[in-house]
Amino acid sequence: MLKPGEFYQRNRERHPPALTRDYKTSVSRSPQYSLISLQNSVSETTGPVFGHNDLDPMDRDLIYNYAQPGESAIGERIILHGRILDENARPIPNTLVEIWQANAGGRYRHKKDTYLAPIDPNFGGCGRTLTDENGYYYFRTVKPGAYPWRNWVNNWRPAHIHMSIFGTAFCQRLITQCYFEGDPLIPECPIVKTILDPGAIEQLIAKLDMNATIPLDTIAYKFDVILRGRRSTLFENRLEGN
Amino acid sequence: MPQKLDYLAETPSQTAGPYVHIGLAPGAAGFDIYRQELGWDITGPHAKGERIRVEGIVMDGTGSPVKDVMLEVWQANADGHYAHPEGGGNVEDGFRGWGRVITDFETGEWGFDTVKPGPTVGRGASQQAPHLNLWIVARGINIGLNTRLYFEDEPEANAKDPVLNLIEWERRRATLLAKKTERDDKTVYRFDIKLQGEDETVFFDV
Repeated sequence: MLKPGEFYQRNRERHPPALTRDYKTSVSRSPQYSLISLQNSVSETTGPVFGHNDLDPMDRDLIYNYAQPGESAIGERIILHGRILDENARPIPNTLVEIWQANAGGRYRHKKDTYLAPIDPNFGGCGRTLTDENGYYYFRTVKPGAYPWRNWVNNWRPAHIHMSIFGTAFCQRLITQCYFEGDPLIPECPIVKTILDPGAIEQLIAKLDMNATIPLDTIAYKFDVILRGRRSTLFENRLEGN
Repeated sequence: MPQKLDYLAETPSQTAGPYVHIGLAPGAAGFDIYRQELGWDITGPHAKGERIRVEGIVMDGTGSPVKDVMLEVWQANADGHYAHPEGGGNVEDGFRGWGRVITDFETGEWGFDTVKPGPTVGRGASQQAPHLNLWIVARGINIGLNTRLYFEDEPEANAKDPVLNLIEWERRRATLLAKKTERDDKTVYRFDIKLQGEDETVFFDV
């Protein structure tokens, strides 16, 4: 069996840099020194493994996972689904995907959120699932609302769902945000614009997916996530796997 | 004929934002939703080795504590094996090697209980000194910061560690050494992280 090799270097020109002045909090929370580049060791090429005992099937259904019996969350009912792939377009099975979000009014169930839009008593706002053998995941939730935040006086976050993905190695660890196709707040947002590459921003926009929509029930958005790919090590004189 | 290189590009990172706790540590955010939260138990009940506590604070460039951090740890067991198919060997039943903590909303302090890891295999024929791999996310951090915690009471192993030795500026290496203290007969390692400014912690592009 071929020993798996190292991960492709992260392209930090597509990721946001640490210091992005228009997102004000980054100014005092960004390192000034350069990162020290490491070639992978076992500390980076391994990562935590999760199983079905760690979570419940209901954890992926945000419309019901915090609702009282017989109740459900208020808002636009959506399916958020897609695949977790690596840069070689290979699916990443059995990996943990976690999401969190505001409710339909833009309010988070968090003691630090004081926005005047009300809490939905039947909506918690977090979910988690494992990808299947094809790297596929899905959640059912309500579409989150935009909300204001203290950056400039009149900044509003576009509707977004935060997503955390593990992959198979600690160096693949990623947290990102999923936006929704057609939202006019996307190009206004200083957090979105921490990303300088327009093509990279486009990669964070979930697309309306009519084919996955359940008629008369739930609309669907598709959001694929790409984690770092991995070379195969050279085996004798053959290049394999890529 | 042009040859297409059909690789995909990694999804760009975004900040975890101020409410990361509701997603990844909802109990700390003040509500109970899951049967069990993940990341509370790093070692399981059967782990060999020295039981230790690790704690600290994350400071911003003004020296103020950052009170909305989430920090994850990834470590080997006392034998230097990671709980992963490529982790170098077997681990004790229930040893996960991964943990997740958030800072106290009032004080900014974080901490977790674990076992001290053993040395792990490095690149080539090298051996890595015992260390914890840390990953830090928070509002204002656009892409998670990777660092390592080494133990100040492992001077010989640290002196030979291939990663510490990659840091050209010797004075900066000290930012990765946790300070050993004792409290209630328990070994506590203190590891304060400075995101920016004087004695800024070394962060890695892994």
